[in-house]
Amino acid sequence: MMTLYVHRQSWLHRRSAGLKLLLLMATSITLYALTSLWAAGLALIVVLLAYRSLGPAGWSYLWVVKALIPMFVLIFALQAWSQSVSVATLMLLRMLTLIWLANLVTLTTRMDAMMDAVMPLLAPLRRVGIAPHRIAFTVALFVRFVPVLMAVLNSLLEAWKSRGGGRAVWRLAIPMLINAIRMSDHVAQALAARGGVRSPDTPVSMVHSQ
Amino acid sequence: MKDQALVQVALYAALVAALGLIPPVPFVTGIPITAQTLGVMLAGVMLGPWRGCLSMLLFVAVVALGAPLLSGGRGGLGVFVSPTAGFIIGFPAAALVSGVVARLLQRQSILIAAGVGAFIGGILVLYVFGIVGFKWVTGNDWLRSVQVMAVYVPGDSLKVVLTALVAQAVYKGLPGAVATRQA
Repeated sequence: MMTLYVHRQSWLHRRSAGLKLLLLMATSITLYALTSLWAAGLALIVVLLAYRSLGPAGWSYLWVVKALIPMFVLIFALQAWSQSVSVATLMLLRMLTLIWLANLVTLTTRMDAMMDAVMPLLAPLRRVGIAPHRIAFTVALFVRFVPVLMAVLNSLLEAWKSRGGGRAVWRLAIPMLINAIRMSDHVAQALAARGGVRSPDTPVSMVHSQ
Repeated sequence: MKDQALVQVALYAALVAALGLIPPVPFVTGIPITAQTLGVMLAGVMLGPWRGCLSMLLFVAVVALGAPLLSGGRGGLGVFVSPTAGFIIGFPAAALVSGVVARLLQRQSILIAAGVGAFIGGILVLYVFGIVGFKWVTGNDWLRSVQVMAVYVPGDSLKVVLTALVAQAVYKGLPGAVATRQA
């Protein structure tokens, strides 16, 4: 399954998703109010210890920031040069703490638990005609489409390479999109043929009369 | 909203995810040039403002839930507090504006309508979000935030041209698939 969640037992896994999200929000606001280097450093250490508490391999998850390292270096250099090294250090500490903390919530919270936690926020959408079960259907369809479209793109790329390749790879975007649109039309037709997206409350026997 | 619209919304969200597979071209400042914003522009131009915006909301929401669908396998809540957060949060608005502009220009040729729509939505609007996000996360001043982000304009301009060419080609083959050119 495509998710960054790591299945394991830990004290963090046992906390509820809503609580973790609220704490994350509160922490992010507090962190931006911090101006002392010591306090920011302490916050970072607390987050690092929380990773360690996930087990011996806990710190390996800190690598999520790998892709951002060049950017951190650049921002640090810019700020150290234009303001001061201590301002730049504070900013870097804050950024790392927050990114790692947010990632910690993602690592320790199942996707469906997270979704259940935010679903109540979507309830007002019912007023504009978007019922929750239709949102759930669309999310499920999206999750199913991703590997299918990736396979389409891969096969197009392989065909392109076997024909000799070349630099104009972007041309593949056209067959890719046409393929995708055709596929979605078929899915929509199949859906209509089966009576459309049903609410879980509608008995199957009611569908034909609609 | 009709069932078919739900399928389209899911499809374009998945398209943006699949475009993340195309290896990103790394850039000096760490924001890689990815093909994903091409998908954002296409969603607006092809689906129209409302559906395009919803499909990008879906994409952003599922990334926030922990799916590693951003290029380079990034995802989760950490993305929304990193220096590039503004760009991701701006996807729905970018698709919305691309769709609105493309629809306003439907009397023009599709190349112009899609190109101008993609430019205004996918560059102007997206960069406003990107720069505000960068400034907020890193605490740089406006001028420097704008300077850092400006390096990506060439790559993104290329995607605007691509969006126009792709929209034109698809319109020839499947005229019904371009929602901003009906009625």
